Amino acid sequence: MKKIIVNFLSALLPALAFGQANIVPAKSQTAPVIINGATIHTGNNQVINNGYLILAQGKITAMGEGSAPVTTGAEIINAQGKHVYPGFICPLTDLGLVEFEAVKASVDNEETGDLNTHVRSIVAYNTDSKVIPTVRSNGVLMAQITPEGGLISGQSSVVVLDAWNWQDAAYKTDIAMHVNWPVIAQQRFGQTSGPQFLELQKDRIQKSIDVLNELFSQAKGYSELAKPAVINTRFEAMKGLFDGNKKLFIEANKAKDILQAINFSKKYNVKAVITGGAESYLVADALKDNNIPVILRETQTLPDKEDDDVYLPYKLPGLLQKAGVTYGLTGIGFWRQRNLPFEAGNAVPYGLTKEQALSMITLNNAKILGIDKTTGSLEVGKDATLFISKGDALDMLTLNVEEAFIQGRKINLDNLHKQLYKRYADKYGVKAE
Amino acid sequence: MKKLLLILFLSGCFLENHAQETFPVNGSYDIRPGLFAFTNATIVINADQTIQNGTLLIKDGVIESVGTQVTVPKGYVSVDLKGKYIYPSLIDAFSTYGMPEAPRQAFNAGGGRTVRQQVFTTTKPGAYAWNEAIRPEMNAKAVFSVNQKSAEDFKKNGFGIVQTLIRDGIARGSSMVVSLVDDAAQKVVLKDEAGAQYSFSKGTAATNYPSSLMGSIALLRQTYYDAQWYKSQNKEYNISLAEFNRLQNLPQFFETGDVLNVLRADKIGDEFAKQYVFKTDGKEYQRIDAVKATGGSFIIPVSFPKPYDVEDPYDARDISYSQLKDWDLAPTNPAVLEKAGVKFAITSYGLDKPADFWTNIRTAIENGLSEKQALKSLTETPAELLGISSKTGSLAKGKNADFIITSGNLFKKETIIYENWIDGKQYVANKMDVRDLRGNYALNIDGTSNLTLKIAGSASSYEVTVERAADSAKAKANFSRSGDMVSMNFDLKKTPPVSVRLSGAITSLNPVTIKGDAVFADGSSGKWAAIFKQAISESAKPELAKASVTHGPVIYPFTANGYSAAPKQEAILFKNATVWTNEKDGILQNADVLIEGGKIKAVGKNLSAGNAKVIDATGKHLSPGIVDEHSHIAATGGINEGTQAVSAEVRIADVLNSDDINIYRQLAGGVTTSHILHGSANPIGGQTQLIKLRWGKTPEQLKFEGSDGFIKFALGENVKQSNSGAFITGPMRFPQTRMGVEQVYIDEFTRAKEYKAARSVKGNTVRRDLELDAIAEILDKKRFITCHSYVQSEINMLMHVADSMGFKINTFTHILEGYKLADKMKEHHIAGSTFSDWWAYKMEVAEAIPYNGKLMHEVGVLTGFNSDDAEMARRLNQEAAKAVTYGNLSQEDALKLVTLNPAKMLHVDNRIGSIKAGKDADLVLWSDNPLSIYAKAEKTFVDGIAYWDIDENAIREKDMKAEEGRIIQRMLEAKGNGSAAQRPAFQRPRLYECETLEEDAFKDFTK
Repeated sequence: MKKIIVNFLSALLPALAFGQANIVPAKSQTAPVIINGATIHTGNNQVINNGYLILAQGKITAMGEGSAPVTTGAEIINAQGKHVYPGFICPLTDLGLVEFEAVKASVDNEETGDLNTHVRSIVAYNTDSKVIPTVRSNGVLMAQITPEGGLISGQSSVVVLDAWNWQDAAYKTDIAMHVNWPVIAQQRFGQTSGPQFLELQKDRIQKSIDVLNELFSQAKGYSELAKPAVINTRFEAMKGLFDGNKKLFIEANKAKDILQAINFSKKYNVKAVITGGAESYLVADALKDNNIPVILRETQTLPDKEDDDVYLPYKLPGLLQKAGVTYGLTGIGFWRQRNLPFEAGNAVPYGLTKEQALSMITLNNAKILGIDKTTGSLEVGKDATLFISKGDALDMLTLNVEEAFIQGRKINLDNLHKQLYKRYADKYGVKAE
Repeated sequence: MKKLLLILFLSGCFLENHAQETFPVNGSYDIRPGLFAFTNATIVINADQTIQNGTLLIKDGVIESVGTQVTVPKGYVSVDLKGKYIYPSLIDAFSTYGMPEAPRQAFNAGGGRTVRQQVFTTTKPGAYAWNEAIRPEMNAKAVFSVNQKSAEDFKKNGFGIVQTLIRDGIARGSSMVVSLVDDAAQKVVLKDEAGAQYSFSKGTAATNYPSSLMGSIALLRQTYYDAQWYKSQNKEYNISLAEFNRLQNLPQFFETGDVLNVLRADKIGDEFAKQYVFKTDGKEYQRIDAVKATGGSFIIPVSFPKPYDVEDPYDARDISYSQLKDWDLAPTNPAVLEKAGVKFAITSYGLDKPADFWTNIRTAIENGLSEKQALKSLTETPAELLGISSKTGSLAKGKNADFIITSGNLFKKETIIYENWIDGKQYVANKMDVRDLRGNYALNIDGTSNLTLKIAGSASSYEVTVERAADSAKAKANFSRSGDMVSMNFDLKKTPPVSVRLSGAITSLNPVTIKGDAVFADGSSGKWAAIFKQAISESAKPELAKASVTHGPVIYPFTANGYSAAPKQEAILFKNATVWTNEKDGILQNADVLIEGGKIKAVGKNLSAGNAKVIDATGKHLSPGIVDEHSHIAATGGINEGTQAVSAEVRIADVLNSDDINIYRQLAGGVTTSHILHGSANPIGGQTQLIKLRWGKTPEQLKFEGSDGFIKFALGENVKQSNSGAFITGPMRFPQTRMGVEQVYIDEFTRAKEYKAARSVKGNTVRRDLELDAIAEILDKKRFITCHSYVQSEINMLMHVADSMGFKINTFTHILEGYKLADKMKEHHIAGSTFSDWWAYKMEVAEAIPYNGKLMHEVGVLTGFNSDDAEMARRLNQEAAKAVTYGNLSQEDALKLVTLNPAKMLHVDNRIGSIKAGKDADLVLWSDNPLSIYAKAEKTFVDGIAYWDIDENAIREKDMKAEEGRIIQRMLEAKGNGSAAQRPAFQRPRLYECETLEEDAFKDFTK
């Protein structure tokens, strides 16, 4: 049986799990690129109509209204009637860590154990995943590759979505530690729970919080030791939290859990980010007062409770905007992140402007991930990580990414799906448009 | 007499309960005359008749006479009941009294992973049914034993007789009626077979099937047919079927659970001309009209929900609106049934503790139940339902001497149940001769006078204090009483200190005088006496004048966003809209649409409104309602019966859940029609049901009337159990490969053909098989297949099987590799209903592409997009737009993917799917282009009724908040008054997808 599996895998893997041989990572930018005549959505709530951008040596060197100054040797792209956006940034994803959810051999997003402070996602990030080009084709050009599971899942890194290998892809490594705030486990469906169940849960939660406190207080002490007698790799990995180099991302959804998570981060004086945040709108003041941002998960999801506003998940970004909380957005999983622009667009009829929705998945996410000095919006001096869409990129009716640049490199927008589309369009004599 | 009894006994008509004739006696016989006379009582003969100063004569366990003109003959023990009441003993029509504890089957091994034995057919030795949940051979009489400890709980509450049953399985065998008298089992049986008992819960049955509610229903339905067949066949000996048939002449009882399950059970009853008595969970008020329409009688509990802990507003969010409303309204349930004229008995079954019984009965009365009805529901009605009216349930000559003696009106809080006589045998719950000692007494202890003894509290729990007038010294006394003996001690502490222990007896009753000996702290002793002076002043603890309880309205359905007033069908003229007709006219700009009587009346320009309400739709878009070809909402108790490779006999129609919030949520996304499918756990799944999203209506009313029947087939990883979460030990269910899947179809269709042929020749002598019936319907083109499918090999396979076996496939659903075989699908006229952009979640979607819809459409396959997901369904318009994103399909064709095309696949395009005069007024008014991410569904109409209206919704949200506030306020008050509370525990609503297996969750639907 084992042999069969091995044979099966060896037959399969070259065909399915490796990168397509004909989709090659782009070379470094050599010549300047000028984009003219575009509607430029900067990502920081500005729109430049009929504007230009100059990209050189991977950076935006100039931009403004009207047409670009003459630049020798530049490739000129006429983007008349088209839209330019900063590359979308997808936080909290296991893109590149998982190829097929149901095939265990292709799943690398969750290490066993509860306190995996030392585990790093970046080393498992598979640049050759066939999923990545499908996500990239919709304008998602950067991502925070994030481990899952346990009480502490490990550390995430930010990558660009066009690279030969993970080292190449790394934009900023080990930027955050991911904690899952202990919560009441969902009861099995249809089960009624007695008070006993709740008591047990309460016990378990308190134990987990105690474990976290013990870990953090000792790690903090450890971080102050000049030379620890015994090296503790878990504590070593946490040093960055206490010197401000790493953020603590805490997954918490219920109001009370968020409040506890805020207090926890204050106790250890670490920079916290709340992820999930389904009930963040209920504790917006606490988030704002403590300057703690939130990364929401999905607008295209159901309300948690049958009593909730039918449209609550659509309205949530607008509620945080109104309350003055810093918020970003992610979608879900890995392959579904190609819908990230629509997750953002979905908040527009329910309280955000289009430009606010755009910021949510560009500059806001960059700020929360700590990469906004160099990327996340279209500004002179920042990375030339952007794309040109024929129409409004937050609406699937009009999204059509024609060109995309990552740090000035013009990337290949082909993917497995487009290839199969062409293959069968040819078979049937249908025009593939 | 002796001889007569013996004859009765031997003839078996009825087990007389006065004799244990066959038993030898150790020592001398002790046969007593059993002659009693109860005089001067207020006698409640039955709920309708009460006599004052009546006399009740009983002889040898039977009522000899009852009335006002009764003289007491000699030889009777006479009991003066002046001021007291006699009622018939209460009857509890539902209990497990005296039944052995049934061991529960362990389903879960813990650790999140399910360990499951595959048990295909019964493991029970003997000639019994194939499925262990069918156990009509289980007769209560065979396992019954007297249990005085639990009988006491009943008797203290006034019950004398109970029906008891083995509460395990779907066909549960026969119940019995027993009295609770303290006697041998041989002497307490009133009816050895009182009723046939049923439920939807498989209980401890080890057989995997059924794993869903629809499976339970299918199994019961098939059992009825099998039992009919069994009567006229000679091939098989089957005790279960024989017993099933034998029990049909008894009253039929069905433990249902929630109100929708009542309707489900009633439908089964209708099919087989059975009228069940329903044992419910007491939520009939939520659908009282439908409940009444069943024509059934009911056994309802009085276990009302406790108030929740609501002090913490965050935690209180875990209490759902329906839980709040239920807390508010559940106590009205008995009153609602009474008002509706439904016949019902009240059971004490399901209470947290027996002591809650009378509290809750009184709660029901405070909430509108009449005392008369309450008594009826505890005496005559259960007697009637159990067929024992001739023996008990009221007080009349010749009936069993089953009665209770109380201090007053049975339903008043202060009333004490003294004695409970069953079969003429006395049980003392509270001593009758015990006088209420409450009052103020002058207390003298060996000369120390000027003391007052205050006996307060309740008659069963006194609170006693001693006071000295001189210096206002006061002390609590420990006071206890046993019969006429009283003991007490107290310590006044102040000077002069009086610390004393007293022991005494009631020596006189008028005035009450207690006398005895005292022992002081220093060991010296003396005498004491307390003489009654006056009653305790009433004002001490005035009972709060109960404001008449006000309740919120019942909402339909009984969940958040239910309507208190249902929206009405209206005549409406939509003016100046962009109209997506899905007809030849395409997308009309600035057009009008008139609807009336639930139909589209006219489409055009400048239509006149007539009497219709005008909606200015300038700048808005009007589209046909969205049709979801593949949905699993609005179903309950599991959507997979995957325990067998073929489960064609199960029907989603049996388990529709009209109360699923997702109906409302999807209306808010423009969905009007959904095809509710069985899941994909097996190659041939169950029968599907097309519904319209008529929020607030009953399950029956959701059904898309007159639509063709469909059945779910499935291929690939799910049916071969590739990703099953369960760790299976023992034999695997066939098939485990795509090779095996083909053979399942070939075998099943082969059998169905043989079955059809045999039935056409031999008629009903061939056992009717509901599974094969469904397959035969496919062969007869009366039932249509929608088949869950992914990869090209299996799709090709099924097309070949269909060709070779002579059936047609209507639709391939999911069909993510449809683009690879679109030409063959077109050739076979098979439609493709796919996802817009799903892939990578398992191996078989490795090559699923978002251009699939576009390619199938271009090749000429009738193409649609479906959801299989409660979330995605509410924005299928956006999913349709992805055919524009990926492949640049025209917008008009894109919208058809989720409207007209699925309507065609489901054979209802004559009714819905486009905007055309004469079609159903199932429409959506959008704020923007419906394919845009920026579009909101502002109004969604089904049959011309605006079930979703974004403005009405906003108002309802506010109303809900106000109602929530009101109820929480009431809860806080209730808790302030000492009601026990429960902690909020959030229960996530069940969501189903194709792959959802019920094995973990399926436990007990009556819970």
